[in-house]
Amino acid sequence: MSVTQGDNHDHDHDDHGHHKETFITKYIFSQDHKMISKQYLITGLIMGIIGIAMSLLFRMQLAWPDHQFTIYEILLGKFGEDGIMDPGIYLALVTIHGTIMVFFVLTAGLSGTFSNLLIPLQIGARDMASGFLNMISYWLFFLSSVIMVLSLFAEAGPASAGWTIYPPLSALPQAIGGSGTGMTLWLVSMAIFIASSLLGSLNYVVTVINLRTKGMSMTRLPLTIWAFFVTAIIGIVSFPVLLSAALLLIMDRSFGTSFYLSDIYIQGEVLHNQGGSPVLFEHLFWFLGHPEVYIVLLPALGITSEIIATNARKPIFGYRAMVASILAIAFLSTIVWGHHMFVSGMNPFLGSVFTFTTLLIAIPSAVKAFNYITTLWKGNLQFNPAMLFSIGLVSTFITGGLTGIILGDSTLDINVHDTYFVVAHFHLVMGISALYGLFAGVYHWFPKMYGKMMNKNLGYVHFWITAIGAYGVFFPMHFVGMAGLPRRYYTNSNFPYFDDLTDTNVLITIFAIFAAVGQLVFLYNFISSIFYGKKAVQNPWKSNTLEWTTPVEHMHGNWPGDIPHVHRWPYDYSKTNENGEYVIAGQDFVSQIIPLQEGEEEMHH
Amino acid sequence: MTVFLTLVVIALFGITLWQMSKILKLSQAKTDNSQVANDKDNNLQGKLMLAFVIFLYLLTIYCFVQYDSYFLPESASEHGVDYDRLMLISMVLIMIVQILTQGLLHFFSYKYRGKKENKALFFADNDKLEFIWTIIPVIVLAGLIIYGLFTWTDIMNIDEEDGDPLIVELYAYQFDWRARYSGEDNELGKANVRFIEGINTLGLDVSDTYGKDDKITNELHLPVNRKVIFKMRSQDVLHSAYMPFFRAQMNVVPGMITEFAYTPTVTSDEMRNSEFMVEKVATINKIRREKSKKLVAAGDEALEEYTFEYYLLCNKICGVSHYNMQMKIIVESEEDYKAWLKTQPTFGEQLSAQASN
Repeated sequence: MSVTQGDNHDHDHDDHGHHKETFITKYIFSQDHKMISKQYLITGLIMGIIGIAMSLLFRMQLAWPDHQFTIYEILLGKFGEDGIMDPGIYLALVTIHGTIMVFFVLTAGLSGTFSNLLIPLQIGARDMASGFLNMISYWLFFLSSVIMVLSLFAEAGPASAGWTIYPPLSALPQAIGGSGTGMTLWLVSMAIFIASSLLGSLNYVVTVINLRTKGMSMTRLPLTIWAFFVTAIIGIVSFPVLLSAALLLIMDRSFGTSFYLSDIYIQGEVLHNQGGSPVLFEHLFWFLGHPEVYIVLLPALGITSEIIATNARKPIFGYRAMVASILAIAFLSTIVWGHHMFVSGMNPFLGSVFTFTTLLIAIPSAVKAFNYITTLWKGNLQFNPAMLFSIGLVSTFITGGLTGIILGDSTLDINVHDTYFVVAHFHLVMGISALYGLFAGVYHWFPKMYGKMMNKNLGYVHFWITAIGAYGVFFPMHFVGMAGLPRRYYTNSNFPYFDDLTDTNVLITIFAIFAAVGQLVFLYNFISSIFYGKKAVQNPWKSNTLEWTTPVEHMHGNWPGDIPHVHRWPYDYSKTNENGEYVIAGQDFVSQIIPLQEGEEEMHH
Repeated sequence: MTVFLTLVVIALFGITLWQMSKILKLSQAKTDNSQVANDKDNNLQGKLMLAFVIFLYLLTIYCFVQYDSYFLPESASEHGVDYDRLMLISMVLIMIVQILTQGLLHFFSYKYRGKKENKALFFADNDKLEFIWTIIPVIVLAGLIIYGLFTWTDIMNIDEEDGDPLIVELYAYQFDWRARYSGEDNELGKANVRFIEGINTLGLDVSDTYGKDDKITNELHLPVNRKVIFKMRSQDVLHSAYMPFFRAQMNVVPGMITEFAYTPTVTSDEMRNSEFMVEKVATINKIRREKSKKLVAAGDEALEEYTFEYYLLCNKICGVSHYNMQMKIIVESEEDYKAWLKTQPTFGEQLSAQASN
């Protein structure tokens, strides 16, 4: 495919769909973006179940440190003997929970699923630019997931240096058991994951730039596509840096180099390493680590923009401002990484610079939040489950984002750094928000993925349990953090000063269990709807975007005939003529494929 | 307390189940089976949105009232006063924004819940509005940034020449802390992990005369109202010296020396007898006595009565016993501090004591 094809690229895929497909090429090594997106989703959900289950285990330990739970012995084996959790495995659970949720669920499971599903469908392309690379990308992700899960069974325990794997702790098996085989597997898995992510991202960027259908100018792209496109770019910019960080760490671990290690005396022995600095690792890690937050969050924001507009029956407010915010956030996200390192020992002047850039990022974020709220104003809101999750996202994005103003300020960070305040902040702003984006996306595009409808009432129950649970867990957690309680403590009972926090820890854990049980409603709904759901109609949500012009039954190539041309932006909801009548009589939406009507004015394009 | 909280959660769960059954009943009664929200759903969900924001407000109020005693007491260091003021300003600001925006978001969700006959307003753009809500955060944040940066520069500007600061080394290793006082000359002797041997556990260079009068202790005693500069060194992995009561924290990094300075202003005694701390410790001891009762009944030892001491915690994941890596800090009058320091042997004395053995 090349840029010059212009008009006639509509036709050159028409013979697709007539290939003879075997079970293997259709369901396993599929090159069809719709199938790959389903593979991403299901792999991501399975990883999500593992990640959430882990969080329940360590939350139980925090709430009832003196209690013995047989479940520890069942699930953790020798690390949970007699129902007492080993302090090492506690750290391992925290580490792997973070890794799995950030990378495997929210990066691959969210962005992988919906970029794959929506990019070709919403820009009017037959498939991704390279179906083959796309397939490789998924299978590398699958491989890395398998290795990450396997690492749980390492003899001395899985990686346990925190998901940020700061050396020397992560580099020295003498320092903690998990830094042996467990850490090696972690690094191998992540290296493969990065390769997968890069192949995927390159594909998304090329596809968005080259394969848009006729009339689909950049300013007519749905905000979902803008979000996926920009996410892919920051992924390409920052993931390679994590790979370098990991490579240098591998060398320090296995080949005796001293990139991160210097002047270490451990287990009665002086190591030969000299001249390295752990601060270097922190810089490299957070150069990815911070954009990663937005790699997780932007797709969720894109998804909710689309869903809120559709379900409010209104255009998204300030389309251009929304695009500008996405671009500004993406740009700023690459120059704020130092706010994770205010007290790392780096030069305090750098701290000032990073405070400045960090607080700047609040501006486009605020614009986005206000624009969402204005989109709801005077709408005709249709509370489908996807809409509830989207509003929930705006809510947690605001709550979590506001505390960022405290953490992003180098002065204030001094005393809340690495306390539960941080844990509460980032779980709300990126964890819960991105999960809401994922759920919203699944509810909204389920008809497109499986041709069936999910049960809406179970969806409502799922949302309300999750919403109450999420705030119940993370709101009180801020206060635990303000008390100065450090994160990653196996138990808080070694300091009498924290004894009065026990009740709150119990409360948080009860809410966590409550919220986790609520997810079973989703799982049941998801699986049963695939098989027994009501058959979907072509455009159940009365949406304008192109994916709803394709037939319900999947076909390779997406559209049976020619690819439709685009004549307008995707947000002509409730647009009226001067006489107050809808542009198309009796219908409050105008699909992108419908030409401008007589006397109709186009929105700024 | 726990019982009450559990009851609240059970009640919430009950309400959910009740709502669930109600929803299921509603859905069975009607023939609409499209799985797309209809007016009935919109009505119910819109009202639930309003209920939710009320829940959120109540949760906020509950947390601020109930967890009032969680907040750290007034700062025990000089710069901490500025820190606390900046924190208060930021907190008030974000709480105002939080309450307004959450209110609007959920109220609009309720107010504009869909009805078949309603028509949404086609409202795609308004430059003036967008300008307003871009410029307001810009101004507010500019203020916060400037205030924050001034405070930050003050805290981080560590000048050994200014006044007569006390120089103390904080030494971290898995899983404990040591303090090294610089002695009469107020100058720390050179050190490197390669010199660690026998009782020289901090790796001091024995040939460096500055080190001879250094004193190594496992408690941190500080004279009140004198600036102290900490030089931090780690023996193995990353640690972080976190002193929450002094609004102080700095990572301890193997291979380099990191610094932090502050002036303690409240002695341990004063803090212990402050109204806040008396109340807090009473609550903690009440909890401990109740726990003890259970322990004694089970044949274990009772918990000790708790008296407040300042502490330093490790706040960077450093290994399996990370959760129990702490050091006691005692802030006292200059005389008490000097008297205590006198009882501690110097490094030179320790060495010769060993040699004579």
